[in-house]
Amino acid sequence: MQERTLDATIENIEAVTEFVNTQLEALNCPQKALRQIDIAIDELFSNIARYAYRPDTGPVTVRVEVEKEPLSVILTFIDHGVPFDPLQAETPDITSDAQAREPGGLGLYIVKHSMDEITYTRENGQNILRVKKSMA
Amino acid sequence: MTIRKQEENARRTLTLTGRLDTVTAPQLEAEIFDNAENITELVLDFRDLEYISSAGLRVLLAAQKRFAQTGGVTILDPNETVMEVFEMTGFADILTIERKAG
Repeated sequence: MQERTLDATIENIEAVTEFVNTQLEALNCPQKALRQIDIAIDELFSNIARYAYRPDTGPVTVRVEVEKEPLSVILTFIDHGVPFDPLQAETPDITSDAQAREPGGLGLYIVKHSMDEITYTRENGQNILRVKKSMA
Repeated sequence: MTIRKQEENARRTLTLTGRLDTVTAPQLEAEIFDNAENITELVLDFRDLEYISSAGLRVLLAAQKRFAQTGGVTILDPNETVMEVFEMTGFADILTIERKAG
């Protein structure tokens, strides 16, 4: 298990992505699954950066765990900002035509549909968001 | 992400290389909308785009709204990851997507 704690800012998304990718480099993961992991990092970290400590900022811990047989990757995002359960987020509009469509809510929707598991817990004043992606 | 811009009459073609995400989406937004008064048709070449997140979808939706009445937005050759995002979010139904055979 590896983890890193950084400020929840948009500028740090790239550093988090690089940190996670470095942990996964030697595992020979399928390229598509790795890209989906990168998308999930962008969506989840940017959400925390925008909302958790608004209007200030605060720390986020990002943890990477690897499970063998079958190979899977678990990312955990921990912040102590305002409680936010992404599993309760509203389902976005994905059927209207372009003119009527609103772009909100798509990020979490993409994460839910491209990761194999997503769990949220609020513990000791912390949001703990965990996503699991199978690499097998 | 790098963006190469070409213009021919009223058609603007942008070729993207890299990742279209929270950090880079504003860059694409600027390339699409800056000095675009006379542009009626937008072509986005996604052949070298690695992935797209919701921040990129937002920009594509705004572009589709802006160009819908004229030539619209055409996406060229998205990879499998990008195509899957278009399909799961219903964007495959509102964008014109052209993929190479095979």
